[in-house]
Amino acid sequence: MSNLAWVRRQRSVQRFWRDFRTHKAGMTGLVVLAVAVVLALVAPLFIDSGVTNVVSGTGAKLAPPSWDYPLGTDESGRSVLLMIWWGSRTSLLIGFLAALLSMVIGTVLGIAAGHFRGWAGAIVLRVTDWFLVLPSLVTALVLAAILGGSTATIIIAIGVTSWPSTARLIRAQTLAVEARPYIERSLALGAGHWHITTRHVLPNVAPLLLASTTLEVASAIVTESTLAFLGVSANKTSWGTMLRGSYDWGAATAGAWWYILIPGLCIVAVVMAFTLCGRALETVLNPRLRTRAAR
Amino acid sequence: MTVVIEAAPARHGLLRYAATKAGGALLSIAMVVVATFFLFRMLPGDPVRALAVGRNMTPEQLDLERARLGLDKSIPEQFLHFVGQTLRFDLGTSYEYKRPVLDLIGERIGPTLLLTGTALVLAVSLGIWQGARAGWKPGSRFDRFSTAISLVLWSVPTFWLGLLLLMVFAAGIGPIPGLFPTRGISSVDAPDGFGYVLDVAQHMVLPCLTLVAVVYAQYLLVMRSSVLDEVEQDYITTARAKGLKDDDIRRRHAVPNALLPTVTLVFMRIGFVVGGAVTVEAIFSWPGLGQLFYEAIRVPDFTLMQGTFLLITVSVILMNTLADVIYHVLDPRVRSV
Repeated sequence: MSNLAWVRRQRSVQRFWRDFRTHKAGMTGLVVLAVAVVLALVAPLFIDSGVTNVVSGTGAKLAPPSWDYPLGTDESGRSVLLMIWWGSRTSLLIGFLAALLSMVIGTVLGIAAGHFRGWAGAIVLRVTDWFLVLPSLVTALVLAAILGGSTATIIIAIGVTSWPSTARLIRAQTLAVEARPYIERSLALGAGHWHITTRHVLPNVAPLLLASTTLEVASAIVTESTLAFLGVSANKTSWGTMLRGSYDWGAATAGAWWYILIPGLCIVAVVMAFTLCGRALETVLNPRLRTRAAR
Repeated sequence: MTVVIEAAPARHGLLRYAATKAGGALLSIAMVVVATFFLFRMLPGDPVRALAVGRNMTPEQLDLERARLGLDKSIPEQFLHFVGQTLRFDLGTSYEYKRPVLDLIGERIGPTLLLTGTALVLAVSLGIWQGARAGWKPGSRFDRFSTAISLVLWSVPTFWLGLLLLMVFAAGIGPIPGLFPTRGISSVDAPDGFGYVLDVAQHMVLPCLTLVAVVYAQYLLVMRSSVLDEVEQDYITTARAKGLKDDDIRRRHAVPNALLPTVTLVFMRIGFVVGGAVTVEAIFSWPGLGQLFYEAIRVPDFTLMQGTFLLITVSVILMNTLADVIYHVLDPRVRSV
């Protein structure tokens, strides 16, 4: 029995991969992502946090790209290339963890709102709608400012303000799943809340959740950089804090284009990669969209 | 299975709907007030000490400050006091400016309305126009171009786009001279009358452009997909069968129907625009609410932060409620559900 389920699952993964490979944009995104993640992971093998140390900058201030400093230097003579490389770790880490937090909250509350009828579900839905209306960036700024800027609080600030759209998506999906006859059969056999939600609803919403998480990472990275730019951030080098530095030191008026252009391009590249991946996942996993794309 | 046929009491139903929505909005606002109170009491350590950082204050002065803020009272008493003050629109006194927060907000609200209002009108018109054209012929070159543009703009952080524009058009780069001012709403030596209007307009170009670019992408995508939905409808086929011109079908049949979800979305996502406005105002030193909020965070001036946060969230909630009710009035399909 379980062997049969296993084979079926394996087959559906294979089918999914075959479908996904046909999406050129999605594959491009996936490759860019893989490169970015691998680079971030292997960074400690080559450099350490010393490259972000203000006093250890060896180059001239705001020097344009040269052989020694391929992407120029910042206001303290640090290499922009190495800072970008090291900073990618913070940006990606916060992006992934914030998206994960947002997904966990969104999934738990979304399933709860869809599964429990009556006042419990209504209250969860009401709270979700309330969070959905709040201007998320403004709320995240206030949260980060109050909790103080450490990596953990930035993750919390982003996660706590970005889950409601996931919760709504998951709730709608939960309602759809629970309307199917096999849930009724399961109930008749004596299944409880826990069994229904974890064994039937969760596996059914999981694919959509994957697509939604991928898109969520993209927006979490943008939010992180915005929070850092607006001055509430962990005091660690990230792409956002670098851009903050470029603004504070007047890189725009000094004509130091490399200091502004490069960190921003990194953000755009990674965010677009996540977005393309997420959209491709959505198209592959959502049958309704698939038929539309085929036409 | 029983089929329930509901009588549609048109006027009466609308009033009841509006009342329910207004009640919901009041509840949301109450939740915002409560959340704000507890959020700002979560500040680590002694708020007065945190506020007094960098200022020379004796212990007596600190005690006096505590009594003035009501921090020597119990939490429930503080809460009632806070609610009473908020109901009387008393948002406290800013530490940084030594002035009532409400006065500061009053001064800053004009520039913000000017900037976001202009940007919204431009973004909505452009987004709807381009989205309608793109959705009408899915897969066309125009459609692919529009989708690509909006995907890129979607991925670009607002502040970075602002920085780029600042670098290229305000500071000037290479052969391009600085065309627009880098900061503020008007020059020091701005002339009166019409000259002043021109001066402000020149200052507004870059912030407005940034804001439009960031928000218009999502309007475009929504308009595109809702036109796409309409294209498949029977009435479009009927219109074609009648021999109407393609442009006429789009303009007079598809677009008006597709407009509804888009316009509602504009109101629904107003929180997103507010976030963009904060960023844009911070970069271009536009003397509006967003910049006030940004300064409050930089200092940090918690009374000012609390006041602006309350105002921003409450206005966003009101806009959303308004959108709900307008949607209900405009779209009979929602009413019958």
